[in-house]
Amino acid sequence: MQPDPIQTAKLAGTRLYHFHGGLRLRHNKQVSCELPIARAALPECVYVPLMQHSGQEAEPTVAAGQKVLKGEVIGRCDHAGGGWVHAPTSGTVNAIARHPISHPSGLDGVCVLVEPDGLDQWTALQPIADWRDAEPAELRELINGAGIVGLGGGVFPTGRKIEEASRRGIHTLILNGAECEPYISCDEMLMREQPASIILGAQILQRAIGADRTVIAIEDQMGAVYQALARAVAATDATAIDIVKVTTLYPEGGEKQLIQVLTGLETPSGGRPTDLGLLCQNVATATAVARAVVEGKALVERIVTVTGSGVRRPRNLAAAIGTPISDLVEQCGGYAEGAARLVLGGPMMGYSLASDANPVIKAANCILVLTENDIQPPQPEMPCIRCGECARVCPALLQPQQLHVTVRNGFWDDTIEAGLADCIECGCCDYVCPSHIPLVDWFRHGKSELRRVAAERAGAENARRRYEAREARLARLKQERRQRMQEKKQALGDQRAKQERIEAAVERARSRRRNET
Amino acid sequence: MTRRFDTGGAPHFPPQATIRQVMLQVVFALLPGIAAHAWYFGPGILLQIALAVTFALLFEAACLTLRRKPLQPFLGDFSAPVTAILFALCLPPLAPWWIALIGMFFAIVIAKHVFGGLGHNLFNPAMIGYVVVLIAFPQAMTAWLPPQSIAAYEPALSEVVAAIATGESPGGMGWDAVTGATPLDTLRNSVAAGQMISEARQSPIFGDFGGLGWEWIANWYALGGLWLLWRRVISWQVPVTMIGSVVLLGLAAWLIDPGSNPAPLQHVFSGALVLGAFFIATDPVSGCASPRGRLVFGAGVGIITLVIRRWGAYPDGVAFAVLLMNMAAPLIDRYTRPRIFGRSS
Repeated sequence: MQPDPIQTAKLAGTRLYHFHGGLRLRHNKQVSCELPIARAALPECVYVPLMQHSGQEAEPTVAAGQKVLKGEVIGRCDHAGGGWVHAPTSGTVNAIARHPISHPSGLDGVCVLVEPDGLDQWTALQPIADWRDAEPAELRELINGAGIVGLGGGVFPTGRKIEEASRRGIHTLILNGAECEPYISCDEMLMREQPASIILGAQILQRAIGADRTVIAIEDQMGAVYQALARAVAATDATAIDIVKVTTLYPEGGEKQLIQVLTGLETPSGGRPTDLGLLCQNVATATAVARAVVEGKALVERIVTVTGSGVRRPRNLAAAIGTPISDLVEQCGGYAEGAARLVLGGPMMGYSLASDANPVIKAANCILVLTENDIQPPQPEMPCIRCGECARVCPALLQPQQLHVTVRNGFWDDTIEAGLADCIECGCCDYVCPSHIPLVDWFRHGKSELRRVAAERAGAENARRRYEAREARLARLKQERRQRMQEKKQALGDQRAKQERIEAAVERARSRRRNET
Repeated sequence: MTRRFDTGGAPHFPPQATIRQVMLQVVFALLPGIAAHAWYFGPGILLQIALAVTFALLFEAACLTLRRKPLQPFLGDFSAPVTAILFALCLPPLAPWWIALIGMFFAIVIAKHVFGGLGHNLFNPAMIGYVVVLIAFPQAMTAWLPPQSIAAYEPALSEVVAAIATGESPGGMGWDAVTGATPLDTLRNSVAAGQMISEARQSPIFGDFGGLGWEWIANWYALGGLWLLWRRVISWQVPVTMIGSVVLLGLAAWLIDPGSNPAPLQHVFSGALVLGAFFIATDPVSGCASPRGRLVFGAGVGIITLVIRRWGAYPDGVAFAVLLMNMAAPLIDRYTRPRIFGRSS
């Protein structure tokens, strides 16, 4: 008999497993870990995008000229998947205008421009007096209202995620501290410096979703982190929190890979970790939850790693959401000689920005500035020689060399069959490809094309159904009309017969009368 | 003050590997085997390699020009020289120069560029070139030299050059005086003549396992192949199943009838089997891509080789076996697609 996956998942972290493929990458984290986290100075103006979460852009709830306090709601979105946006500091709303929003598309979006008054004054805070007595539903509502989204990069609203999770029944909360991309160290520094707030966040999340236990996963190369977290756990009354070191291998911090490492189970294709009774949250998200519940403070700042050989003094900064990237680089000593590329996120999955006027957003874990030397001029793309290196490193067990052919040729059915939807866009295939084919770009393109094709097909299907329904209706009407005609004719025929019978009778009477006379 | 940057796609790393590196590693891995070949059979093989590489590059450049493709990245990728070297290693050392010319024409122009160039060839180009000249010029292609240690006559370098350039036999002697049957030929003819394998093996051209000289060349190829495995340029599946299937089937046949079937190691160390297992059947473009597919592919090449050696019209069958399996590769790949993460098998 197959073991029950949920029962297996309950043992998360007691034994470690492997995932397929992956890459050993040079860490490059040390440079940004040497200085403690510093608070970034407030800029002259913050640009808060209203699109900082999955789903739709939030609606602004303030107007230009209005005064706002730190933590006041400035944008709301009540659609599924949407989230709330708050003022990152006190000041005056200068304008609500389009501005670059640090989105992968490179497009502009609506931003609320707030000019800080320098007081950094919080709005009236409404913390929950004792989260231990609070109803889980109350906690979830508060987390939602605080604009908390997954800070690992998923930016799915946390409140909605845990709402769905608590409906499904979760036994284990996994806090993801396995920050596997090179250069990024914001989670590592957070775990070192504020372990107590992570543990507190874990306890609150555990209560909010009704989980029995929490597993905090960190990388085995994070030196001081384990001690710091262990001490923080020991200092609380928390009993069901385990800290597990996982092998440093990119992309073990991906949700599905981390679950596989901790449980040996694969999240079903098209499914979610909740199918296994698990919920993953980033460690920084846990801190944000703790702050929202215990202090009543909305998510208005995050820790950003500013690093790369294109930055003079790499370090981690706690920055207000909406701070222009140029301000942060300035506070890290400015650009070094030869800075050539500005990346939001890590070198494997991050996207390059065209300008440093882009603001820090909730998803911005890292600002990476690379030099000419780091990226080197792009090599010409060569044809695929089917060497299979990409398949060897693919954690999703895909065949990128095959998949890229189907995407390129627009064979959408084959693309679906080959599992494009299961691609996690980790970039491993791209990294090892000797032909320098931009595989991940093709796969992202393929995914958007698949969405378009699906919409087109749904539209065509709809049109077909409507056409058929119309044809059927017309045929029915025609049939009905014919029937009515028939009935009328019948009736008419009946009338004529009647007439004839009457006439015949009249005729008979007449002739009888004639005969009588 | 804002600063603007050029954008580019992730991953933001310089390229880690290039096709040129992959191909150059293949060339390096072949060097010990080539050296051993020259050691046992004289410098002819080096001239054949030089000829074939030259012709290959010329044809490659001509095709690229005709197809309006940039010359630099494709000539510099070293795929044409690899094809040429593998082809040349299958030639008798004194084969006339036009063998290489015709072989390279079919390898580079027909098998490679007509199908779309690098990465698009259905068949292994080197083997296409070899099979064409093998079928078209059987006499020139069977003029093998015996190992120098047992050769009656050892042609000097100038004579080798003259023989390749003119097609005349070296030193004015008849071809029969200079050349001899290969070990596989000898086995085949002896068995056909009703001799026992053990009797045939009395000939001085045999060594401990395979042919004299040949077995050591095979060892050096295997060494280069193991280095490629270690460098992960090739994967283990094809060499293991190709040699494995030959050993297993050869063993079964030998146990049943040792009189007319050579010992399994004789098979492994004869002909192009080791070269084929590590360098030819592992060609990624014309072979299978999925790991399970590669298992099937390697086993198929091994089995077909044995079948041709036993029942076919040619003493060795590696080239035909590779081409036949090339045809089957897309189908094999289709049926051996790996299970995708999170899906049941």
